[in-house]
Amino acid sequence: METHIEIRKLNAYYGDSQALKDINLEIPRQQVTVIMGPSGCGKTTLLKSLNRFLELGDGTRLSGQVLIDGEDIYAPEVDVTEMRKKTGLLAQRPYPLPMSIYDNVAYGLRIHDLCKKGPEMDKKVRHFLEEAGLWEEVKDRLHKPAVGLSIGQQQRLCLARGLAVQPEIILGDEPTSALDPISAQHIEKRLLDLKKEYTIVLVTHILRQAKRLADYVVYMYLGEVVECGAASDVFEYPRQDRTRAYLAGQF
Amino acid sequence: MKNRHFAKRHVEEGIFKALMIGSFALLSASLGFILLTIIIKGLPALNLAMLIQTPKGGYYLGKEGGILNAILGSLYLAGGGTLLALLFSLPLALFLKVYTNHSHWSDMVRLALDVLWGIPSIVYGAFGFTIMLALNMRASLLAGIIVLALLELPIMTRAMDEIIRMTPFDLEQASLALGATRLETAVHVVLRQMLPGIVTAILLAFGRGIGDAASVLFTAGYTDRIPTSLMRPAASLPLAVFFQLSTPFPEVQRRAYASALILTAIVLTISLGSRWLSGRLGKFVVK
Repeated sequence: METHIEIRKLNAYYGDSQALKDINLEIPRQQVTVIMGPSGCGKTTLLKSLNRFLELGDGTRLSGQVLIDGEDIYAPEVDVTEMRKKTGLLAQRPYPLPMSIYDNVAYGLRIHDLCKKGPEMDKKVRHFLEEAGLWEEVKDRLHKPAVGLSIGQQQRLCLARGLAVQPEIILGDEPTSALDPISAQHIEKRLLDLKKEYTIVLVTHILRQAKRLADYVVYMYLGEVVECGAASDVFEYPRQDRTRAYLAGQF
Repeated sequence: MKNRHFAKRHVEEGIFKALMIGSFALLSASLGFILLTIIIKGLPALNLAMLIQTPKGGYYLGKEGGILNAILGSLYLAGGGTLLALLFSLPLALFLKVYTNHSHWSDMVRLALDVLWGIPSIVYGAFGFTIMLALNMRASLLAGIIVLALLELPIMTRAMDEIIRMTPFDLEQASLALGATRLETAVHVVLRQMLPGIVTAILLAFGRGIGDAASVLFTAGYTDRIPTSLMRPAASLPLAVFFQLSTPFPEVQRRAYASALILTAIVLTISLGSRWLSGRLGKFVVK
Protein backbone atom coordinates (compact mmCIF):
# COMPACT_ATOMS: atom_id res chain seq x y z
CA MET A 1 0.00 0.00 0.00
CA GLU A 2 1.31 3.40 -0.96
CA THR A 3 2.16 5.82 1.82
CA HIS A 4 0.56 9.27 1.53
CA ILE A 5 1.52 10.90 4.80
CA GLU A 6 4.64 10.01 6.69
CA ILE A 7 5.30 11.25 10.20
CA ARG A 8 8.85 11.14 11.45
CA LYS A 9 9.98 11.69 15.04
CA LEU A 10 7.18 14.11 15.76
CA ASN A 11 7.15 15.75 19.19
CA ALA A 12 4.64 18.41 20.22
CA TYR A 13 4.48 20.54 23.36
CA TYR A 14 1.85 22.81 24.87
CA GLY A 15 3.99 25.05 27.03
CA ASP A 16 5.89 22.63 29.24
CA SER A 17 3.73 19.58 28.78
CA GLN A 18 4.52 17.17 26.01
CA ALA A 19 1.47 16.15 24.01
CA LEU A 20 3.10 13.96 21.39
CA LYS A 21 6.12 11.77 22.05
CA ASP A 22 8.30 10.67 19.21
CA ILE A 23 5.57 9.71 16.76
CA ASN A 24 6.53 7.66 13.71
CA LEU A 25 3.69 6.72 11.40
CA GLU A 26 2.83 6.00 7.82
CA ILE A 27 -0.67 6.79 6.64
CA PRO A 28 -1.74 4.96 3.48
CA ARG A 29 -3.25 6.68 0.45
CA GLN A 30 -6.99 6.44 -0.21
CA GLN A 31 -7.76 4.52 2.92
CA VAL A 32 -9.54 5.45 6.11
CA THR A 33 -7.05 5.71 8.93
CA VAL A 34 -8.66 5.98 12.35
CA ILE A 35 -6.82 7.41 15.34
CA MET A 36 -8.28 6.07 18.58
CA GLY A 37 -7.52 6.44 22.22
CA PRO A 38 -8.85 7.79 25.49
CA SER A 39 -9.38 11.54 26.04
CA GLY A 40 -6.19 13.52 26.29
CA CYS A 41 -4.06 10.91 24.57
CA GLY A 42 -2.97 13.36 21.87
CA LYS A 43 -5.11 12.16 18.98
CA THR A 44 -6.50 15.59 18.12
CA THR A 45 -3.03 17.08 18.52
CA LEU A 46 -1.69 14.55 16.05
CA LEU A 47 -4.50 15.41 13.61
CA LYS A 48 -3.86 19.13 13.95
CA SER A 49 -0.20 18.64 13.21
CA LEU A 50 -1.20 17.40 9.75
CA ASN A 51 -2.60 20.75 8.55
CA ARG A 52 -0.34 22.93 10.67
CA PHE A 53 -3.17 24.03 12.95
CA LEU A 54 -1.13 23.47 16.08
CA GLU A 55 0.85 26.62 15.48
CA LEU A 56 -2.33 28.73 15.68
CA GLY A 57 -2.45 28.19 19.44
CA ASP A 58 -0.30 30.00 21.97
CA GLY A 59 2.84 28.41 23.29
CA THR A 60 2.86 25.34 21.08
CA ARG A 61 6.15 23.89 19.90
CA LEU A 62 6.79 21.11 17.49
CA SER A 63 9.76 19.14 16.25
CA GLY A 64 10.12 16.41 13.67
CA GLN A 65 8.74 16.03 10.18
CA VAL A 66 5.39 15.48 8.50
CA LEU A 67 5.79 14.49 4.88
CA ILE A 68 2.86 14.68 2.51
CA ASP A 69 3.77 13.10 -0.83
CA GLY A 70 7.35 13.07 0.39
CA GLU A 71 7.51 16.81 1.11
CA ASP A 72 7.95 18.12 4.62
CA ILE A 73 5.07 20.49 5.37
CA TYR A 74 7.12 22.10 8.15
CA ALA A 75 10.00 23.02 5.85
CA PRO A 76 10.67 26.77 5.94
CA GLU A 77 9.96 27.31 2.24
CA VAL A 78 6.46 25.82 2.45
CA ASP A 79 3.52 28.18 1.95
CA VAL A 80 1.08 27.42 4.76
CA THR A 81 -2.05 28.43 2.87
CA GLU A 82 -1.11 26.36 -0.15
CA MET A 83 -0.36 23.41 2.10
CA ARG A 84 -3.70 23.74 3.91
CA LYS A 85 -5.53 23.64 0.61
CA LYS A 86 -4.42 20.01 0.31
CA THR A 87 -6.18 19.03 3.52
CA GLY A 88 -9.86 19.44 4.26
CA LEU A 89 -10.97 19.57 7.88
CA LEU A 90 -14.19 18.39 9.46
CA ALA A 91 -14.35 19.81 12.95
CA GLN A 92 -16.10 18.41 16.00
CA ARG A 93 -18.85 20.99 15.72
CA PRO A 94 -19.75 22.24 12.27
CA TYR A 95 -19.04 25.91 11.74
CA PRO A 96 -20.66 27.18 8.57
CA LEU A 97 -19.29 30.49 7.34
CA PRO A 98 -21.56 33.52 7.92
CA MET A 99 -22.97 33.50 4.39
CA SER A 100 -25.46 31.65 2.23
CA ILE A 101 -25.37 27.91 1.58
CA TYR A 102 -24.19 28.56 -1.97
CA ASP A 103 -21.47 30.97 -0.86
CA ASN A 104 -20.17 28.52 1.72
CA VAL A 105 -19.28 26.10 -1.04
CA ALA A 106 -18.23 28.81 -3.49
CA TYR A 107 -15.93 30.44 -0.92
CA GLY A 108 -13.05 28.04 -1.48
CA LEU A 109 -13.55 28.06 -5.24
CA ARG A 110 -13.35 31.85 -5.22
CA ILE A 111 -10.34 32.34 -2.98
CA HIS A 112 -8.32 29.76 -4.89
CA ASP A 113 -9.65 31.02 -8.21
CA LEU A 114 -10.66 27.50 -9.19
CA CYS A 115 -13.46 28.44 -11.53
CA LYS A 116 -15.29 31.36 -13.11
CA LYS A 117 -18.43 32.99 -11.83
CA GLY A 118 -21.78 32.08 -13.35
CA PRO A 119 -22.92 28.74 -14.71
CA GLU A 120 -19.54 27.07 -14.16
CA MET A 121 -19.61 28.03 -10.48
CA ASP A 122 -23.24 26.89 -10.17
CA LYS A 123 -22.31 23.53 -11.62
CA LYS A 124 -19.38 23.05 -9.27
CA VAL A 125 -21.38 24.08 -6.21
CA ARG A 126 -24.04 21.58 -7.16
CA HIS A 127 -21.44 18.89 -7.74
CA PHE A 128 -19.85 19.25 -4.31
CA LEU A 129 -23.19 19.50 -2.55
CA GLU A 130 -24.14 16.25 -4.27
CA GLU A 131 -20.86 14.67 -3.23
CA ALA A 132 -21.62 15.59 0.36
CA GLY A 133 -25.15 14.22 0.02
CA LEU A 134 -26.84 17.54 0.70
CA TRP A 135 -28.03 18.76 -2.70
CA GLU A 136 -31.55 17.36 -2.60
CA GLU A 137 -32.24 18.99 0.75
CA VAL A 138 -30.96 22.46 -0.09
CA LYS A 139 -31.44 22.94 -3.83
CA ASP A 140 -34.43 25.23 -3.32
CA ARG A 141 -32.81 27.45 -0.74
CA LEU A 142 -29.23 27.85 -1.89
CA HIS A 143 -29.20 31.56 -1.14
CA LYS A 144 -30.62 31.28 2.35
CA PRO A 145 -28.27 31.61 5.35
CA ALA A 146 -26.29 28.46 6.11
CA VAL A 147 -27.06 28.80 9.81
CA GLY A 148 -30.67 27.90 9.05
CA LEU A 149 -29.66 24.28 8.40
CA SER A 150 -29.79 21.59 11.05
CA ILE A 151 -26.51 20.59 12.71
CA GLY A 152 -26.34 17.41 10.65
CA GLN A 153 -26.90 19.33 7.42
CA GLN A 154 -24.34 21.91 8.50
CA GLN A 155 -21.72 19.20 8.92
CA ARG A 156 -22.42 17.93 5.41
CA LEU A 157 -22.22 21.52 4.17
CA CYS A 158 -18.80 21.76 5.83
CA LEU A 159 -17.85 18.58 4.02
CA ALA A 160 -18.97 20.05 0.67
CA ARG A 161 -17.13 23.27 1.45
CA GLY A 162 -13.96 21.31 2.20
CA LEU A 163 -14.26 19.15 -0.92
CA ALA A 164 -14.68 22.23 -3.10
CA VAL A 165 -11.05 23.28 -2.68
CA GLN A 166 -10.13 19.86 -4.06
CA PRO A 167 -7.96 18.53 -1.26
CA GLU A 168 -6.15 15.20 -1.28
CA ILE A 169 -6.68 14.51 2.37
CA ILE A 170 -9.75 14.79 4.59
CA LEU A 171 -9.11 15.20 8.30
CA GLY A 172 -11.99 14.49 10.66
CA ASP A 173 -11.81 15.50 14.31
CA GLU A 174 -14.65 13.44 15.81
CA PRO A 175 -16.87 14.81 13.04
CA THR A 176 -19.99 13.01 14.21
CA SER A 177 -19.77 13.67 17.92
CA ALA A 178 -22.18 16.63 17.85
CA LEU A 179 -24.63 14.93 15.49
CA ASP A 180 -27.74 12.84 15.94
CA PRO A 181 -27.42 9.14 14.95
CA ILE A 182 -29.07 9.57 11.53
CA SER A 183 -26.84 12.50 10.57
CA ALA A 184 -23.82 10.64 11.88
CA GLN A 185 -24.73 7.72 9.62
CA HIS A 186 -24.96 10.11 6.67
CA ILE A 187 -21.45 11.40 7.33
CA GLU A 188 -20.04 7.91 7.81
CA LYS A 189 -21.55 6.75 4.54
CA ARG A 190 -20.10 9.76 2.75
CA LEU A 191 -16.65 9.13 4.14
CA LEU A 192 -16.74 5.52 2.95
CA ASP A 193 -17.69 6.73 -0.54
CA LEU A 194 -15.03 9.40 -0.53
CA LYS A 195 -12.11 7.14 0.29
CA LYS A 196 -12.01 6.09 -3.37
CA GLU A 197 -10.53 9.50 -4.10
CA TYR A 198 -9.26 10.87 -0.82
CA THR A 199 -7.00 9.83 2.00
CA ILE A 200 -9.07 10.08 5.16
CA VAL A 201 -7.71 10.48 8.66
CA LEU A 202 -10.31 10.31 11.37
CA VAL A 203 -10.11 10.89 15.09
CA THR A 204 -12.80 9.14 17.07
CA HIS A 205 -13.43 7.86 20.55
CA ILE A 206 -16.35 5.73 19.42
CA LEU A 207 -15.02 2.23 19.12
CA ARG A 208 -17.91 0.96 17.03
CA GLN A 209 -17.47 3.80 14.59
CA ALA A 210 -13.78 2.96 14.30
CA LYS A 211 -14.69 -0.65 13.54
CA ARG A 212 -17.20 0.41 10.90
CA LEU A 213 -14.90 2.79 9.06
CA ALA A 214 -11.27 1.93 9.60
CA ASP A 215 -8.97 0.28 7.12
CA TYR A 216 -6.02 1.18 9.24
CA VAL A 217 -5.93 1.91 12.95
CA VAL A 218 -3.63 3.94 15.16
CA TYR A 219 -4.06 3.46 18.89
CA MET A 220 -2.62 6.21 21.06
CA TYR A 221 -2.13 6.50 24.78
CA LEU A 222 -0.54 9.37 26.73
CA GLY A 223 0.96 10.97 23.65
CA GLU A 224 2.48 7.83 22.25
CA VAL A 225 1.47 5.49 19.47
CA VAL A 226 0.92 2.19 21.23
CA GLU A 227 -0.06 0.16 18.24
CA CYS A 228 -0.89 0.65 14.59
CA GLY A 229 -1.71 -1.55 11.68
CA ALA A 230 -4.47 -2.88 9.46
CA ALA A 231 -7.86 -2.62 11.17
CA SER A 232 -8.55 -6.34 11.05
CA ASP A 233 -5.24 -7.13 12.76
CA VAL A 234 -5.51 -4.52 15.49
CA PHE A 235 -9.13 -5.26 16.33
CA GLU A 236 -8.83 -9.02 16.29
CA TYR A 237 -5.27 -9.68 17.36
CA PRO A 238 -4.00 -6.70 19.34
CA ARG A 239 -0.38 -7.22 20.23
CA GLN A 240 -0.16 -4.80 23.14
CA ASP A 241 -1.84 -5.22 26.52
CA ARG A 242 -2.90 -1.58 26.56
CA THR A 243 -4.69 -1.93 23.23
CA ARG A 244 -6.42 -5.07 24.46
CA ALA A 245 -7.52 -3.27 27.61
CA TYR A 246 -8.89 -0.32 25.58
CA LEU A 247 -10.76 -2.57 23.17
CA ALA A 248 -12.25 -4.40 26.13
CA GLY A 249 -13.55 -1.11 27.43
CA GLN A 250 -11.24 -0.79 30.41
CA PHE A 251 -10.12 2.78 29.68
CA MET B 1 -34.06 24.66 58.96
CA LYS B 2 -34.36 23.94 55.31
CA ASN B 3 -37.22 26.41 54.91
CA ARG B 4 -35.18 29.19 56.45
CA HIS B 5 -32.39 28.45 54.06
CA PHE B 6 -34.75 28.77 51.10
CA ALA B 7 -36.35 31.90 52.53
CA LYS B 8 -32.93 33.57 52.76
CA ARG B 9 -32.18 32.78 49.13
CA HIS B 10 -35.56 34.13 48.03
CA VAL B 11 -34.93 37.34 49.94
CA GLU B 12 -31.54 37.68 48.23
CA GLU B 13 -33.13 37.23 44.86
CA GLY B 14 -35.88 39.71 45.75
CA ILE B 15 -33.35 42.38 46.73
CA PHE B 16 -31.39 42.08 43.53
CA LYS B 17 -34.51 42.04 41.41
CA ALA B 18 -35.67 45.22 43.15
CA LEU B 19 -32.29 46.83 42.49
CA MET B 20 -32.51 45.97 38.80
CA ILE B 21 -36.04 47.26 38.47
CA GLY B 22 -34.99 50.38 40.39
CA SER B 23 -32.11 51.16 38.05
CA PHE B 24 -34.29 50.55 35.03
CA ALA B 25 -36.90 52.92 36.45
CA LEU B 26 -34.25 55.56 37.15
CA LEU B 27 -32.84 55.22 33.65
CA SER B 28 -36.15 55.41 31.83
CA ALA B 29 -37.31 58.25 34.07
CA SER B 30 -34.25 60.35 33.22
CA LEU B 31 -34.69 59.63 29.52
CA GLY B 32 -38.37 60.50 29.83
CA PHE B 33 -37.70 63.76 31.66
CA ILE B 34 -35.03 64.85 29.19
CA LEU B 35 -37.31 64.16 26.24
CA LEU B 36 -40.24 65.78 28.01
CA THR B 37 -38.26 68.92 28.80
CA ILE B 38 -37.03 69.51 25.29
CA ILE B 39 -40.42 68.65 23.82
CA ILE B 40 -42.39 70.95 26.15
CA LYS B 41 -39.92 73.81 25.84
CA GLY B 42 -38.86 73.27 22.27
CA LEU B 43 -41.98 72.21 20.43
CA PRO B 44 -43.72 75.64 20.58
CA ALA B 45 -40.65 77.25 19.02
CA LEU B 46 -40.28 74.53 16.40
CA ASN B 47 -41.62 75.36 12.98
CA LEU B 48 -40.85 74.61 9.40
CA ALA B 49 -38.69 77.71 9.12
CA MET B 50 -36.38 76.28 11.80
CA LEU B 51 -35.68 73.32 9.57
CA ILE B 52 -35.35 74.94 6.15
CA GLN B 53 -33.98 78.43 6.74
CA THR B 54 -30.75 79.92 7.92
CA PRO B 55 -30.78 82.32 10.91
CA LYS B 56 -32.11 85.82 10.42
CA GLY B 57 -30.52 88.48 12.60
CA GLY B 58 -27.51 86.37 13.53
CA TYR B 59 -27.21 83.03 15.26
CA TYR B 60 -26.74 84.65 18.64
CA LEU B 61 -29.56 87.15 18.83
CA GLY B 62 -31.73 86.16 15.87
CA LYS B 63 -35.34 85.40 16.66
CA GLU B 64 -36.34 84.56 13.11
CA GLY B 65 -35.23 82.11 10.48
CA GLY B 66 -33.94 78.64 11.23
CA ILE B 67 -30.94 76.51 11.92
CA LEU B 68 -30.50 74.73 8.60
CA ASN B 69 -26.87 75.89 8.70
CA ALA B 70 -26.32 73.97 11.94
CA ILE B 71 -28.32 70.90 10.87
CA LEU B 72 -26.33 70.50 7.67
CA GLY B 73 -23.11 71.50 9.38
CA SER B 74 -23.55 68.86 12.07
CA LEU B 75 -24.41 66.16 9.55
CA TYR B 76 -21.37 67.05 7.43
CA LEU B 77 -19.07 67.26 10.44
CA ALA B 78 -20.19 64.06 12.15
CA GLY B 79 -20.69 62.18 8.88
CA GLY B 80 -17.27 63.21 7.56
CA GLY B 81 -15.59 62.53 10.89
CA THR B 82 -17.20 59.12 11.15
CA LEU B 83 -16.21 58.14 7.62
CA LEU B 84 -12.66 59.30 8.17
CA ALA B 85 -12.44 57.46 11.50
CA LEU B 86 -13.87 54.33 9.88
CA LEU B 87 -11.09 54.31 7.29
CA PHE B 88 -8.58 53.85 10.07
CA SER B 89 -10.43 52.03 12.80
CA LEU B 90 -11.85 49.12 10.79
CA PRO B 91 -8.47 47.97 9.44
CA LEU B 92 -6.93 48.53 12.87
CA ALA B 93 -9.60 46.48 14.66
CA LEU B 94 -9.29 43.64 12.13
CA PHE B 95 -5.53 43.76 12.35
CA LEU B 96 -5.69 43.50 16.14
CA LYS B 97 -7.86 40.40 15.87
CA VAL B 98 -6.49 38.45 12.99
CA TYR B 99 -2.79 39.14 13.22
CA THR B 100 -1.87 40.10 16.75
CA ASN B 101 -4.67 38.94 19.02
CA HIS B 102 -2.57 38.00 22.02
CA SER B 103 0.67 39.87 21.58
CA HIS B 104 2.17 42.41 23.92
CA TRP B 105 2.05 44.96 21.14
CA SER B 106 -1.71 44.70 20.67
CA ASP B 107 -2.20 45.20 24.41
CA MET B 108 -0.22 48.43 24.12
CA VAL B 109 -2.41 49.59 21.22
CA ARG B 110 -5.54 48.83 23.25
CA LEU B 111 -4.16 50.72 26.24
CA ALA B 112 -3.33 53.74 24.06
CA LEU B 113 -6.85 53.71 22.60
CA ASP B 114 -8.41 53.49 26.05
CA VAL B 115 -6.38 56.48 27.21
CA LEU B 116 -7.40 58.42 24.10
CA TRP B 117 -11.04 57.52 24.78
CA GLY B 118 -10.77 59.13 28.21
CA ILE B 119 -9.34 62.44 27.01
CA PRO B 120 -11.96 65.22 27.22
CA SER B 121 -13.14 66.55 23.88
CA ILE B 122 -12.09 70.12 24.66
CA VAL B 123 -8.51 68.83 24.73
CA TYR B 124 -8.99 67.42 21.23
CA GLY B 125 -10.33 70.82 20.21
CA ALA B 126 -7.40 72.65 21.75
CA PHE B 127 -4.95 70.20 20.17
CA GLY B 128 -6.54 70.67 16.77
CA PHE B 129 -6.48 74.42 17.24
CA THR B 130 -2.75 74.39 18.04
CA ILE B 131 -2.01 72.43 14.89
CA MET B 132 -4.19 74.75 12.83
CA LEU B 133 -2.26 77.72 14.16
CA ALA B 134 1.01 76.05 13.28
CA LEU B 135 -0.22 75.36 9.76
CA ASN B 136 -1.72 78.83 9.51
CA MET B 137 -5.16 77.32 8.84
CA ARG B 138 -8.44 78.98 9.75
CA ALA B 139 -11.46 77.36 11.35
CA SER B 140 -13.08 75.23 8.68
CA LEU B 141 -15.33 72.25 8.02
CA LEU B 142 -12.24 70.19 7.15
CA ALA B 143 -10.49 70.97 10.43
CA GLY B 144 -13.68 70.10 12.33
CA ILE B 145 -14.00 66.81 10.47
CA ILE B 146 -10.40 65.87 11.22
CA VAL B 147 -10.71 66.65 14.92
CA LEU B 148 -14.01 64.79 15.18
CA ALA B 149 -12.40 61.81 13.43
CA LEU B 150 -9.63 61.86 16.04
CA LEU B 151 -12.24 62.05 18.78
CA GLU B 152 -14.26 59.19 17.32
CA LEU B 153 -11.35 56.95 16.38
CA PRO B 154 -10.68 55.43 19.83
CA ILE B 155 -14.36 54.81 20.53
CA MET B 156 -15.00 53.22 17.18
CA THR B 157 -11.86 51.10 17.20
CA ARG B 158 -12.31 49.80 20.73
CA ALA B 159 -16.00 49.11 20.23
CA MET B 160 -15.22 47.18 17.03
CA ASP B 161 -12.29 45.47 18.68
CA GLU B 162 -14.46 44.19 21.53
CA ILE B 163 -17.06 42.97 19.05
CA ILE B 164 -14.58 41.39 16.67
CA ARG B 165 -12.82 39.61 19.54
CA MET B 166 -16.03 37.64 20.07
CA THR B 167 -15.65 35.87 16.71
CA PRO B 168 -15.39 32.18 17.55
CA PHE B 169 -11.86 30.95 16.87
CA ASP B 170 -13.38 27.83 15.29
CA LEU B 171 -14.95 30.02 12.64
CA GLU B 172 -11.58 31.52 11.75
CA GLN B 173 -10.11 28.03 11.72
CA ALA B 174 -12.83 26.86 9.34
CA SER B 175 -11.70 29.48 6.88
CA LEU B 176 -7.97 28.92 7.41
CA ALA B 177 -8.47 25.16 6.94
CA LEU B 178 -9.69 25.87 3.42
CA GLY B 179 -6.39 27.51 2.64
CA ALA B 180 -7.62 31.07 3.05
CA THR B 181 -5.08 33.68 4.04
CA ARG B 182 -5.53 35.70 7.20
CA LEU B 183 -6.62 38.71 5.19
CA GLU B 184 -9.28 36.71 3.33
CA THR B 185 -10.44 35.30 6.64
CA ALA B 186 -10.64 38.78 8.13
CA VAL B 187 -12.53 40.37 5.25
CA HIS B 188 -14.84 37.57 4.13
CA VAL B 189 -15.51 35.75 7.38
CA VAL B 190 -14.76 37.84 10.48
CA LEU B 191 -16.18 41.01 8.95
CA ARG B 192 -19.30 39.27 7.66
CA GLN B 193 -19.87 37.67 11.03
CA MET B 194 -19.43 40.90 12.96
CA LEU B 195 -21.15 43.31 10.55
CA PRO B 196 -24.16 44.02 12.81
CA GLY B 197 -21.84 44.82 15.70
CA ILE B 198 -19.66 46.98 13.51
CA VAL B 199 -22.70 49.02 12.50
CA THR B 200 -23.37 49.57 16.20
CA ALA B 201 -19.77 50.68 16.78
CA ILE B 202 -20.02 53.18 13.91
CA LEU B 203 -23.25 54.55 15.33
CA LEU B 204 -21.75 54.90 18.80
CA ALA B 205 -18.93 56.98 17.36
CA PHE B 206 -21.30 59.04 15.21
CA GLY B 207 -23.43 59.73 18.27
CA ARG B 208 -20.48 61.07 20.17
CA GLY B 209 -19.34 63.08 17.16
CA ILE B 210 -22.63 64.78 16.41
CA GLY B 211 -23.26 65.65 20.04
CA ASP B 212 -19.88 67.15 20.78
CA ALA B 213 -19.58 70.91 21.07
CA ALA B 214 -16.13 71.43 22.58
CA SER B 215 -14.05 69.88 19.86
CA VAL B 216 -15.66 71.84 17.02
CA LEU B 217 -15.79 75.18 18.88
CA PHE B 218 -12.33 76.32 17.76
CA THR B 219 -11.81 74.04 14.82
CA ALA B 220 -14.96 74.29 12.74
CA GLY B 221 -15.98 77.71 14.05
CA TYR B 222 -19.52 78.89 13.52
CA THR B 223 -21.35 80.67 10.75
CA ASP B 224 -24.82 81.65 9.63
CA ARG B 225 -24.18 80.23 6.21
CA ILE B 226 -24.81 76.77 4.90
CA PRO B 227 -21.47 75.01 4.52
CA THR B 228 -20.43 74.85 0.88
CA SER B 229 -16.70 74.31 1.08
CA LEU B 230 -14.37 72.20 3.19
CA MET B 231 -12.19 75.23 3.74
CA ARG B 232 -14.95 77.48 5.16
CA PRO B 233 -16.29 77.44 8.73
CA ALA B 234 -19.31 75.28 9.48
CA ALA B 235 -22.06 75.57 12.08
CA SER B 236 -23.14 72.70 14.32
CA LEU B 237 -26.21 71.86 16.39
CA PRO B 238 -24.57 71.57 19.83
CA LEU B 239 -23.04 75.02 19.36
CA ALA B 240 -26.38 76.36 18.10
CA VAL B 241 -27.96 75.20 21.34
CA PHE B 242 -25.09 76.72 23.32
CA PHE B 243 -25.30 80.14 21.63
CA GLN B 244 -29.08 80.35 21.69
CA LEU B 245 -29.25 79.33 25.32
CA SER B 246 -26.72 81.93 26.39
CA THR B 247 -28.69 84.87 24.98
CA PRO B 248 -30.63 87.01 27.41
CA PHE B 249 -33.86 86.72 25.36
CA PRO B 250 -36.44 84.07 26.32
CA GLU B 251 -37.65 83.75 22.68
CA VAL B 252 -34.16 82.82 21.53
CA GLN B 253 -33.69 80.52 24.51
CA ARG B 254 -36.81 78.62 23.49
CA ARG B 255 -35.26 78.18 20.08
CA ALA B 256 -32.36 76.45 21.82
CA TYR B 257 -34.74 73.76 23.03
CA ALA B 258 -36.12 73.40 19.54
CA SER B 259 -32.56 72.95 18.25
CA ALA B 260 -31.93 70.36 20.95
CA LEU B 261 -35.11 68.59 19.90
CA ILE B 262 -33.90 68.46 16.31
CA LEU B 263 -30.49 67.11 17.38
CA THR B 264 -32.14 64.44 19.52
CA ALA B 265 -34.47 63.49 16.69
CA ILE B 266 -31.51 63.03 14.35
CA VAL B 267 -29.67 60.79 16.83
CA LEU B 268 -32.84 58.81 17.53
CA THR B 269 -33.52 58.28 13.83
CA ILE B 270 -30.00 57.04 13.27
CA SER B 271 -30.21 54.71 16.28
CA LEU B 272 -33.43 53.15 15.09
CA GLY B 273 -32.15 52.94 11.53
CA SER B 274 -29.01 51.14 12.60
CA ARG B 275 -31.04 48.73 14.75
CA TRP B 276 -33.06 47.85 11.70
CA LEU B 277 -29.93 47.51 9.59
CA SER B 278 -28.19 45.33 12.20
CA GLY B 279 -31.18 43.03 12.24
CA ARG B 280 -31.09 42.66 8.48
CA LEU B 281 -27.34 42.11 8.36
CA GLY B 282 -27.55 39.63 11.21
CA LYS B 283 -29.32 36.88 9.35
CA PHE B 284 -26.11 35.22 8.14
CA VAL B 285 -24.40 35.40 11.52
CA VAL B 286 -23.20 32.07 12.91
CA LYS B 287 -24.12 31.57 16.54
